[in-house]
Amino acid sequence: MASPLVAPPVVKAKALNCPSCGAAVELRGFGHALTVVCPNCLTALDTSSPEIKILGQIQEAQRRTLWIPLGTRGKIGGAEWEVIGFQTRMVVEDADCWDEYLLFNPYKGFRYLTEYKGHWNFVTPLEPMPARLALARRPAVSMDGVVFKHFSGAEAMTSFVLGEFPWRLQAGEKVVCDDFVHPPSVLSSETTQDEITWSRGEYTPAADIWKAFALPGKPVPGRGVYENQPSPYAGKTGGRWVLFFLMLAVLLCLATFFTAFSQNNVVFHDSYHFTTLNNADKDASFVTSIFKLDGRTAGLELTVHADVQNNWAYFNFALINDDTGSAYDFGREVSYYYGSDSDGAWNEGSQTSTVYIPAVPPGHYYFRVEPEMDTATGPYRKASARYNAMVYEITLRHDVPNYSWFWIAALLLLIPPVFSTIRARSFEVKRWMQSDYPPVTRGGGDD
Amino acid sequence: MKSSNCPNCGAPVQFRWSSAVQTACPFCRSILIRTDIELKNVGQVADLPPDPSPIQLLTEGVFKGKKFQVTGRLVYQYEQGNWNEWHIVMADGQSGWLSDAQLQYAVSFRADGIALPSQAEISRGKRMHFQNTDFEVSTLTVAMYKGFEGELPFPYYGKSDMLFADLRTSGRAFGTLDYSEAPPLLFLGEWVGFEELQLKGLREFEGWK
Repeated sequence: MASPLVAPPVVKAKALNCPSCGAAVELRGFGHALTVVCPNCLTALDTSSPEIKILGQIQEAQRRTLWIPLGTRGKIGGAEWEVIGFQTRMVVEDADCWDEYLLFNPYKGFRYLTEYKGHWNFVTPLEPMPARLALARRPAVSMDGVVFKHFSGAEAMTSFVLGEFPWRLQAGEKVVCDDFVHPPSVLSSETTQDEITWSRGEYTPAADIWKAFALPGKPVPGRGVYENQPSPYAGKTGGRWVLFFLMLAVLLCLATFFTAFSQNNVVFHDSYHFTTLNNADKDASFVTSIFKLDGRTAGLELTVHADVQNNWAYFNFALINDDTGSAYDFGREVSYYYGSDSDGAWNEGSQTSTVYIPAVPPGHYYFRVEPEMDTATGPYRKASARYNAMVYEITLRHDVPNYSWFWIAALLLLIPPVFSTIRARSFEVKRWMQSDYPPVTRGGGDD
Repeated sequence: MKSSNCPNCGAPVQFRWSSAVQTACPFCRSILIRTDIELKNVGQVADLPPDPSPIQLLTEGVFKGKKFQVTGRLVYQYEQGNWNEWHIVMADGQSGWLSDAQLQYAVSFRADGIALPSQAEISRGKRMHFQNTDFEVSTLTVAMYKGFEGELPFPYYGKSDMLFADLRTSGRAFGTLDYSEAPPLLFLGEWVGFEELQLKGLREFEGWK
């Protein structure tokens, strides 16, 4: 029982003839449009009342090729949208421009696609007013508990229009545009003398736009880092650090495990006297008694302690397997100096040196040791016999845990999170360099 | 459903909503005001401007789990164009409004018993606090009735240059202060997405599903 006053069931699309040039102008907005620009002569028409008025030529007659032509439909966020209008907006101060495509759905209303240097945003008008916050040095707003930092503010005006718009276009009208970012979102405000309107943009990869509107070819890659472009590193860096600490914990567990199961017992200990005074020209090398390494193949730790003072000693060692004859050759230097000068007492070096010998199989072993030390000459030779003699001790521990693998592994594990952190930082620096708050001052230092 | 006859043409006039105060005769387009005893003819309905709203009389929907039906409509005109206030009746008989301004939808209900600033005290940026929510006056709009259809909870004719104050919050809650009466009326409600309203009985648009 439809009442005669109920509107007809199907709303028809309309068209009009441009009162300026006579060309047919297709209307896609079912009467929502208050301003329509004739695609032929680029004259702006006021369509807010049935008598169409000419608003005039608000732009230089120029031809623009739109990435998405008027009348193209595409699906974004599960809804179908038709491009019904296009405008270029220009920052008054530096003539930097961005483009806006007006999207329409007769049930769901209006949305925008903005494009700046290949970076796209899907923008929804916002009815709530984000709450203003005062952060340390720059303004911010919050919405649903998320903080958006002020990125930039500038006075802008419309420099080119095509198609239709649900508002009255006023040539040369300037609005103050402010962007607050929380990638991949941006909250934008436009302030005129009478009101402030808000919208929310979501960064959308150009490839998604091309797919949604079935556009030919491939999009031009975005230049630079855009204000709300999500960082490819941001989400991963935290995870990489978590992974690093997990792996470090595993390493620590392993190290603890090895420590607990290492015998770490002394298998050889002896002390010797050496002097350069009597046998300086003789071969000083000798062999030790035989000792036994039991159990598994394990690491050995040799410590040599020599009571050198203001002198050095060098020890050539050979660890020789008495069963097979195979030998491990290595050398250690011990040097210890001290004294006092105008800054007070000082000392350098150590009387003790330690060396780790990895993976020594069990068996019977002995050492061949060849000590050397500096033979003091001149006044030192007479001053003290201690310059030319020493007592040294050799201690050998068996099945000693070795931690060098732990440090190497920990350093290797550090590479991905550190690399990721550096990349993430540099991405953020590139982003904020374009803002009103550049983290690094450009140029500078020319004096 | 109550039924009477149009005092002008005698046609049967039905009220879908028992509290309706005003309707239009669907046949002769007389504006009919309901009093306790009779229907009074106070004028003729002007032609509604061609309107692209997808909503129409008898459209049904859901707000916060409660079903509603559209029974009437007021069209307001202001400097920047028109907007619709669709009168809705909830399943429990409560009367509310579904507004559609350039396809931005909101549902609101009249809130009584709250002390309100007078027209002289209101200005853009003024902050108010009702029902545990902070509101800020975002815009002041002077509007006039452009037309009506269906059933309304009050007589609409004879007013012009009415002042409305839009009250916004940082969330979905919004309000309207209506200075067409003294003391003013307060409507409180929420912005709603088109999908959330689950509207049925909508108009169709050529070329759209």
